[in-house]
Amino acid sequence: MANVERPLSPHLQIYRWPVTMATSILHRATGCGLAAGTVLLTWWLVAAAAGPDYYAMVQACLGSWLGRLVLFGFTWALFYHLLSGIRHLVWDTGRGYSLAVANRASWLVIGGSVVLTVLAWILAYAWK
Amino acid sequence: MSNANKPMRSALKNVRGLGAAKEGVQHWWLQRVTAMAMIPLLLVMLVCLLKLATGDHAAVAASFRHPLFALVALLSILAVFWHMKLGLQVVIEDYVHSEGLKMASLLGITFATFILGGIAALSVLKLFFGA
Repeated sequence: MANVERPLSPHLQIYRWPVTMATSILHRATGCGLAAGTVLLTWWLVAAAAGPDYYAMVQACLGSWLGRLVLFGFTWALFYHLLSGIRHLVWDTGRGYSLAVANRASWLVIGGSVVLTVLAWILAYAWK
Repeated sequence: MSNANKPMRSALKNVRGLGAAKEGVQHWWLQRVTAMAMIPLLLVMLVCLLKLATGDHAAVAASFRHPLFALVALLSILAVFWHMKLGLQVVIEDYVHSEGLKMASLLGITFATFILGGIAALSVLKLFFGA
């Protein structure tokens, strides 16, 4: 029923990318990424509950360069989805829809997520 | 056409306000409620986890024995997995159009959410009770 071949409207690749388009897609993409990341988070919790030996093994995995890279990406996705999510809550009050505000807020969310991610990692290393 | 200006909907339908999906704005609303809950919860959790990130097992186990930390962890798990289930549901409904695959995917993420969330919550409880 839904799979009939219909003419498609022009898709992503044909448009000039306004920043609001990027932030919208990134919100969904980071959401999916974070969902995948809950597996890692649960694994870490299970390791903590299992005891010192298994915890040390999981810590070694997460502490490897690949583990750190994934966790860095996870941190950024979390901050991005958080800031963009707050923006969604503001939209729900009926505010922030003008072009100028939408563009400025988009860059604020992107920039803010990068700044907060770097700050979080500086903090993690400083507490070592 | 004397009935032209009369509403087609019964008064009861308007009062219930549930629309064609029969659940009204509940999905939308719960996504907002869990989102608002996560703002303070995850900020607290994040700072704690950053502190624990380089610590040993004893430090992690000690944190989870604190009732306030265990409570924030459990509430975070509830909000995160609930929000995740609602979000993934929308993604599937947007992109998966074949009825069978859509139903299978929706069931899949529902079960996955409860299993993964259950494992996470049980781990926190085990650490809290120190079993």
